[in-house]
Amino acid sequence: MSIDTATAAKVAKLARIKVEEEDLPALAQEFNAILGFIEQLNELNVDDVEPMTSVEPMRLKRREDVVTDGNQPEKVLANAPDAREGFFAVPKVVE
Amino acid sequence: MLDLTPDEKPTPKPKIIPGAKQDWELVIGMEVHAQVSTRAKLFSGASTQFGSEPNSNVAFVDAGMPGMLPVINEACVAQAVRTGLGLKAEIHLNSAFDRKNYFYPDLPQGYQISQLYHPIVGEGEVLVEMGDGTARTVRIERIHLEQDAGKSIHDMDPAMSFVDLNRTGVALMEIVSRPDIRGPEEAAAYVSKLRQIMLYLGTCDGNMQNGNLRADVNVSICQPGAYEKYRETGDFGYLGTRCEIKNMNSLRFIQAAIEYEARRQIAIVEGGGKVDQETRLYDADKGETRSMRSKEEAHDYRYFPDPDLLPLEIEQAWVDEIAANLPELPDAKKARFIGDYGLSDYDASVLTADLEAAHYFESVVAEAKDGKSAANWVINELFGRLKKDEKSITDSPITPAQLGQIVKLIKSDAISGKIGKDVFEISYTTGRDPEEIVETEGMKQVTDTGAIETAVDEIIAANPAQVEKAQANPKLAGWFVGQVMKATGGKANPKVVNEIVTAKLGL
Repeated sequence: MSIDTATAAKVAKLARIKVEEEDLPALAQEFNAILGFIEQLNELNVDDVEPMTSVEPMRLKRREDVVTDGNQPEKVLANAPDAREGFFAVPKVVE
Repeated sequence: MLDLTPDEKPTPKPKIIPGAKQDWELVIGMEVHAQVSTRAKLFSGASTQFGSEPNSNVAFVDAGMPGMLPVINEACVAQAVRTGLGLKAEIHLNSAFDRKNYFYPDLPQGYQISQLYHPIVGEGEVLVEMGDGTARTVRIERIHLEQDAGKSIHDMDPAMSFVDLNRTGVALMEIVSRPDIRGPEEAAAYVSKLRQIMLYLGTCDGNMQNGNLRADVNVSICQPGAYEKYRETGDFGYLGTRCEIKNMNSLRFIQAAIEYEARRQIAIVEGGGKVDQETRLYDADKGETRSMRSKEEAHDYRYFPDPDLLPLEIEQAWVDEIAANLPELPDAKKARFIGDYGLSDYDASVLTADLEAAHYFESVVAEAKDGKSAANWVINELFGRLKKDEKSITDSPITPAQLGQIVKLIKSDAISGKIGKDVFEISYTTGRDPEEIVETEGMKQVTDTGAIETAVDEIIAANPAQVEKAQANPKLAGWFVGQVMKATGGKANPKVVNEIVTAKLGL
């Protein structure tokens, strides 16, 4: 698989990262290097190997169904560029 | 396990929509999003309470603050398992969470945590009864747990959208069906049945108005016969291109949207065009669906396993414990009502539609010891009266024991059915016990044949012309029964009156 500049531009757009036109070939090149490494990993036969999800055998930590958080709207909104009447205010988005 | 599935019913006929050139059939699959009933969110300790002050039920995890990590609420997992068991589905002891990446103002993380590759619940099924004696088994493909998004409000400011993150991170179950639904009414009945099952299970409150139960509907059209070929072969090539209508929270809208969408697709295909696979929005004001173009380019979600969360491993013993504590479900309850109380299919459906109504009915039976009569009184008198007052069964002013007393009084011939209705009304409005009402108000039925005979004699003596007519045409004897009932204030036992009138007239 090979990433061209158009694909690199699309990935950048999906990630909402602005990449200048002249930087796209280098970015595509980087992607290709990463994919090349992954292709190398793919050469290994792992058919009978369980995926390793953690180094130590660990169980996903659970919480109880208890309300322990919230009631801090001013903190939640503290970094918002614009907040009004307890809401985040953003440029209008309507379908 | 005891098999409580009702007798096999014929499947409903698929809805046929005539086009300009030929008939078409519908194929519908649904994704139902059900908010999980828990106190706290899926991955944070913030409350799920509806209608709180904006942004007050928000933990920093929900707000997507850097460095915050999700910790799963075990109760949400239990609810998903419970729902899966209720849909006779396979429970996956190993599941995992993935990130679905997209940007939207009400999604502060920039991704939704969902379960694309390894959902917690696998294949199950739902029996959807249509109320006309037909039923269809809709196959469930999967149920996965995921986070809900926040809420955008567009009408508070002309230039800005306002965002409330209270719903962000609340647990949803996405219940995905196979394309087994064949018409708008079936789609609505399917959602109703899921809702009923989840209400019985206590896993979702089913409140569609608040958006706690919403549906995405996939609609396509096909030639008659093509669907059967798909079912035989599993080849989707026999079906038309589908469009997905997003996020509907009313059964009426779901039906209207499917109807509109089917006709739109038929017009395109018969006009020689091609249906584009796309996401559409139902506009309830205009009664039409329209393309959500903005969603198109965003459709590349770049799913990948969420590195913040280990796979979710649950133990079979834990699942077994949940299974052992499942309540009786609607199908089983209905079958039992038919079997134990001799109810009709229809009455049993009505009484099991709602868990509270079923409880109420069974409490009436406990007192009345007569299922059929109890069902009649609950359905015809009580439901009608409650509807008139816009009251729910839980607010019924007459208790099940009191209604049971009325049934018992009628059964023992202490009062007639007609008087029973009067007693019902008094008990309903005053809360007094029927037995006491009948006693105090002197409403006991006259079964004393002597008193009835006197009344019959008097009426016969006073109406010689009617006697002649009735003797010529015995059907007219009813007039005498009516007169006697009137003379005794409705308290005479109609059966006894009828017998005496017949005898005295020599019929």
